[in-house]
Amino acid sequence: MPPKLLGRGAVQIRWRKVATSPRRWGSSISQRPGSDSVRFPGAVNSKFTTQMSFVKPADIPAIPTYRVMDSDGVLVDTDRGPPDVTDAEVLTWYKNMLTVSIMDVIMFEAQRQGRLSFYMVSAGEEGVTVGSAAALSPDDVVFAQYREAGVFQQRGFTLQEFMSQLFSNKNDNGRGRNMPVHYGRKYPKMHTISSTLATQIPQAAGAAYALKLKALQNPNHPASVVACYFGEGAASEGDFHAALNMAATRSCPVIFVCRNNGYAISTPTLEQYRGDGIASRGIGYGIDTIRVDGNDIFAVYEAMQAARKLALEGGPGGGRPILIEAMSYRVSHHSTSDDSFAYRARVEVEDWKRRDNPIIRLRKWLERQGIWDEDRERETREDLRRTILKEFGAAEREKKPALREAFTDVYEEMTDETREQMQELKRILQTYPEEYDLRQYEGGADSL
Amino acid sequence: MVAPQLFRSARLLSSRLSTPIRPSFQQSACVPSVLSSRKYATESGVKEVTVRDALNQALAEELEANQKTFILGEEVAQYNGAYKVTKGLLDRFGPKRVIDTPITEAGFCGIAVGAALAGLHPICEFMTFNFAMQAIDHIINSAAKTHYMSGGIQPCNITFRGPNGFAAGVAAQHSQDYSAWYGSIPGLKVVAPWSAEDAKGLLKAAIRDPNPVVVLENELLYGQAFPMSEAAQKDDFVLPIGKAKIERAGKDLTIVTLSRCVGQSLNAAAELKQKYGVDAEVINLRSVKPLDVETIIKSLKKTGRIMCVESGFPMFGVSSEILALSMEYGFDYLTAPAVRVTGAEVPTPYALGLEQMSFPQEDTIVKQAAKLLRL
Ligand SMILES: Cc1ncc(C[n+]2csc(CCOP(=O)(O)OP(=O)(O)O)c2C)c(N)n1
Ligand SMILES: [Mg+2]
Repeated sequence: MPPKLLGRGAVQIRWRKVATSPRRWGSSISQRPGSDSVRFPGAVNSKFTTQMSFVKPADIPAIPTYRVMDSDGVLVDTDRGPPDVTDAEVLTWYKNMLTVSIMDVIMFEAQRQGRLSFYMVSAGEEGVTVGSAAALSPDDVVFAQYREAGVFQQRGFTLQEFMSQLFSNKNDNGRGRNMPVHYGRKYPKMHTISSTLATQIPQAAGAAYALKLKALQNPNHPASVVACYFGEGAASEGDFHAALNMAATRSCPVIFVCRNNGYAISTPTLEQYRGDGIASRGIGYGIDTIRVDGNDIFAVYEAMQAARKLALEGGPGGGRPILIEAMSYRVSHHSTSDDSFAYRARVEVEDWKRRDNPIIRLRKWLERQGIWDEDRERETREDLRRTILKEFGAAEREKKPALREAFTDVYEEMTDETREQMQELKRILQTYPEEYDLRQYEGGADSL
Repeated sequence: MVAPQLFRSARLLSSRLSTPIRPSFQQSACVPSVLSSRKYATESGVKEVTVRDALNQALAEELEANQKTFILGEEVAQYNGAYKVTKGLLDRFGPKRVIDTPITEAGFCGIAVGAALAGLHPICEFMTFNFAMQAIDHIINSAAKTHYMSGGIQPCNITFRGPNGFAAGVAAQHSQDYSAWYGSIPGLKVVAPWSAEDAKGLLKAAIRDPNPVVVLENELLYGQAFPMSEAAQKDDFVLPIGKAKIERAGKDLTIVTLSRCVGQSLNAAAELKQKYGVDAEVINLRSVKPLDVETIIKSLKKTGRIMCVESGFPMFGVSSEILALSMEYGFDYLTAPAVRVTGAEVPTPYALGLEQMSFPQEDTIVKQAAKLLRL
């Protein structure tokens, strides 16, 4: 762009402050005589060696997995004390996990009955989604993949919003344009889910860069990060690699949360990659990385909280990306279009369902604290089920989006051509009213 | 953007939206009712075969016949393909020739192109052509151009295949029709089968063709059964790329169409006959590139009227191309302005009613034809 186009109106950014990394021209690199380490521009701290040996990934110990409580809901390291959260908070988390889990069962069944075309459950991953979202502030921005209903739930997405989207009725934020589970919300901001895998990862880095610039321009802007969720399968896309490198070089305050659930549809992790999970890749890109036990909601929460702090370190203009790999197991089928028993044993699934499951683990914890019991469990479940079914029924009966919504938002402002097409449709609908049953559409032909 | 001419065509395009709202999850009939009365029924040895099985046969036969071929893509081996098109191939040909890949379209497409440049004949499956966008550079800049740019030294015998165009209830990022995209690239050949015979004959031709060929299948057709002649059941059956097929002869109107819209157009033609006594000729393009201009123009000269039916977006599409060609080669024979019935000019919505209004329906075709013929 010719410089003069930037004009006086353009926002003044003090670019020099943005550059936290050493200025390029200041990093003149040369080999000092007699030094024991390399000073090549591309590797500044590498020691010389006379041993010719290849680095063998197998010789490097696997990155450890952070956990706070074990699968019986018992604090592993008693010296450190319990997690710093109130009972009330933990109970909210637990109810949010239950809500998503019960909604999943109901909606999966509803799809089987043909009441919606598609659904994806997140069974086994409620700990990762609810726990990580709990560490975010409302101004933080989320990019999700599709199995993050828990993030939406924890950030205040209502059952009515879930159901309206799933039934693509007139209250759907997406106006009936998206497949089920492609939720989106303006505030707290959660970008509408995109079907194309991994595209959200570089976009999240870009959005984080925008947040960083915003903070620079406006000191009153609350410091915020982007949380970006994706599966270990999606991490095979080029977009993942591009995103991590860009986020690292531009120091973007973004937390990459990889949900490693063992499968990408039918592809097991062994066929997806050969390295030490996804975490090892973060290190390669110079990103602070942690692996956590995704079935341990406290571990996820604490890691996310710490990651958020690190990502914002250095104040406005600072910041950096963080990678969290949360290990779990996809208990469910990939989606309603999948039958996972075609590629994995039923017992394997049953084992994970019962023996190590984020909801059961937290329940055990709560019971040990004496703030939960069988009765409360039953009551809460019944209560949630009733509420969900109520919203389900209401959303299913609700009118469909206005016909007009087929045309709006293709562009910010409707083009003359589109308007013309809409008027033509209206004319036809009004000329042949007996031919078209428009009762289920909000506003009928008048919406056009 | 308010040129008066655009208004006129825009009106034509938009009346495609005049579709009655249908009940949920209706399986829209794309096997034409006329099929039962077609010549196949009387032929001996004719078998009903689904498009899925026809594609599977084609793959199996070509993998068997040519050691240079192999298939790769997401879920093609262990899982038998996202739509079960590659069913049984892993068991039969082993993991060296039926290869599951990580979710890296740019990666496995690039590998396939590299293998083709090195002399193998890969068959690269995309879960849908919507995801081939992740790998578009390899298809366009490498597969399509390298033979030319290397001075003819480097071969690129590769087949790209997978579902394309309208599906049911999967919204804009899974429903786009890419016929026009690939059809515009010199160096690529592009076919779009409708029936089981098309599917088998064209896929085999694509695999054998020494050039990069894009095979645009359709998800909604996979489960559809079509009669398959005895000749087509044999393993030496191939269809020529670049030849259209007249599915229904007629004298009053030429309908040029492809893929799933062929079935819809045949049903529309039957209705036109029944309601108005007019005979529409339905041309199944089979091949988008090269395009069988001769068959189209010959038909146009006979009927004097031409209509295109496709599921792509209205502008710069397959229909736009055919209408332009009709004007260039058949202007003096046209007795009415050529018409196109296409997908709507919006990203495909998910909500059922809106989705159906976004694609051509049989009654849209009938209505547009009646209007064109001033019936
Ligand atoms: C670019 C692209 N390629 C392929 C697909 C088809 N697809 C949808 S989900 C999926 C598996 C993703 O697995 P993972 O990232 O591990 O997430 P999980 O389903 O396990 O949560 C695939 C291959 C897609 N949506 N987009
Ligand atoms: Mg996964």
